[in-house]
Amino acid sequence: MPSGKAKNNAEKWIATILLVVGGLIVSLPFLWMISSSFKPENEILQMPPTLIAENPTLQNYINLFTNLNFGIYLRNTLIIVLLSFVGLFFNAMAGYGFAKYHFKNKEKVFYLVLATMMIPGQVTMIPVYLLLNEMGLINTMAGIVLPGLAAAFSIFLFRMFMATIPTDLIEAARLDGAGEFYIFFRLIMPISKPIFAVQGILTFIAAWNSFLWPLIIANDESLYTLSVGLSLLKGQYASNFALQMAGAAFMVIPIIIIFSFFQKYIVEGFTTSGLK
Amino acid sequence: MSQLIKGAVRNRHPFIFIAPALIILILFSLIPILIALVISFTDMDLKGLANWSNISFIGFENYINLLSDTVFHKAVYNTFFYVIIGVPLVIIFSLGIALLLNYGKNLIFTVFRAVYFMPAITNIIAIAVVWGFLYNTEYGLFNYLLSLGDIGKVPWLEHPVIAKLSLILLAVWKGIGINMIIFLAALQGIPQSYYEAARIDGAKRWQILFYITIPLLRYAVFFVTVTTLIGWLQFFEEPFIMTRGGPLDGTVSMALFIYQRGFQFSEFGYAAAGSFVLFIVIIIVTLLQFKLRKADTEY
Repeated sequence: MPSGKAKNNAEKWIATILLVVGGLIVSLPFLWMISSSFKPENEILQMPPTLIAENPTLQNYINLFTNLNFGIYLRNTLIIVLLSFVGLFFNAMAGYGFAKYHFKNKEKVFYLVLATMMIPGQVTMIPVYLLLNEMGLINTMAGIVLPGLAAAFSIFLFRMFMATIPTDLIEAARLDGAGEFYIFFRLIMPISKPIFAVQGILTFIAAWNSFLWPLIIANDESLYTLSVGLSLLKGQYASNFALQMAGAAFMVIPIIIIFSFFQKYIVEGFTTSGLK
Repeated sequence: MSQLIKGAVRNRHPFIFIAPALIILILFSLIPILIALVISFTDMDLKGLANWSNISFIGFENYINLLSDTVFHKAVYNTFFYVIIGVPLVIIFSLGIALLLNYGKNLIFTVFRAVYFMPAITNIIAIAVVWGFLYNTEYGLFNYLLSLGDIGKVPWLEHPVIAKLSLILLAVWKGIGINMIIFLAALQGIPQSYYEAARIDGAKRWQILFYITIPLLRYAVFFVTVTTLIGWLQFFEEPFIMTRGGPLDGTVSMALFIYQRGFQFSEFGYAAAGSFVLFIVIIIVTLLQFKLRKADTEY
């Protein structure tokens, strides 16, 4: 039916145009952030604003590291990222334990794990603070990282994936005399690369963006993360928008780069997480 | 007895694998619920933090005080304002964009899928900083664009109602991405044969959309509604970083109220009571939805 096809084509064009226009509106804040971050301080307050910096400068980015402590914030953020990969490993171990072992009350324990997903952060925020205070972990890196180390959702996804690994394979390795940890490290982890990739990227993004715990736990600027440092900058340099935009861009651009490389994995990760 | 120990040692592996994550979850998720419940009946504050003997049980006093706290009233009102306007907008926009993205699979569609998804993974503080600049009354891009159309300056963040709407706009922008992906996955899971059958029966495009596509997306819509609602009931970062709850507590949400009471005024007991009220609201709303869904599937 030729007329139907023409109609179909026209519809596709309209869809494309709508998408492009909407996409430009959605990306406007990003574009404005990047363009503004290269403007000198006087140009950014000009009215009407310039679309692209007339005298582009890197001074704002340099100021982040010279006048502000973004170097320290970056270091702390990277430490948190590294430590949260330890958490990822714990989640993988737990997922394997639930997927491939049998023990008493396994399903009940697993439901307990899942139940933690429903607890809103605001309820646990104050008790966790009090607990960490009792443990003497306030104002320490351990205090910032520890509460978020295990995530029920990640355990759930690891379990789902590892349950699909044939048990015969594990049994064969056992018959060959391999120990349980050897099996986990040398057999299970290599097979589970895809789920590690997805979870690894999501862990990186979450750790890079972490804000609330560092804010609550860190009293010292030497423990601030990029997010906390940026919110401090917003308060201290309230009218220096170019500097603010540079700080924001410094946080956002690494994520954009990682995202464009791993788009497929990230989208898949969220899809599996959405449609369990 | 010795056999029991032997058995435990022989079966130790599953426990070794599970223990690290499980201990952390119990310590930082499950036990805190009990602690929150207990301290919500006390007058725990900084003095109590320093020395436990300064803490005393005060029964339901915190909860009774919440009932007459005008800031808490505002927080509850604002939270429902955010939810009632924001959640439908997120669902409509993410479903609409997913339907559009489902039209094709070529490069343009892949690129724009990424563009729409981008805000979802961007740091909320960076977003708040950028939007704070866009919303600036004097130097912001939005007011400049409006001035081109001869519209006067809009006090985006300085008027209690407009500020709420501004925060909703920002949160919708950020919230579209993940839900869009969920809808897109659900759309791609609908078998082509359904559409073909409908076309053979002479169904029009809009009929296919309303009588086949959207009903088949019911599970995805339900999932998105539940998760989005729970998320929006905990609306926190946007007002926290952009308005600090102002002007005149016009943007305080329940979650922000709890944070402010707990960590700015150190009224831990009072904040814990507030957090339990929020928890109960979340549970009620979620149960209500599951109940509505049950009624829905019956016919």
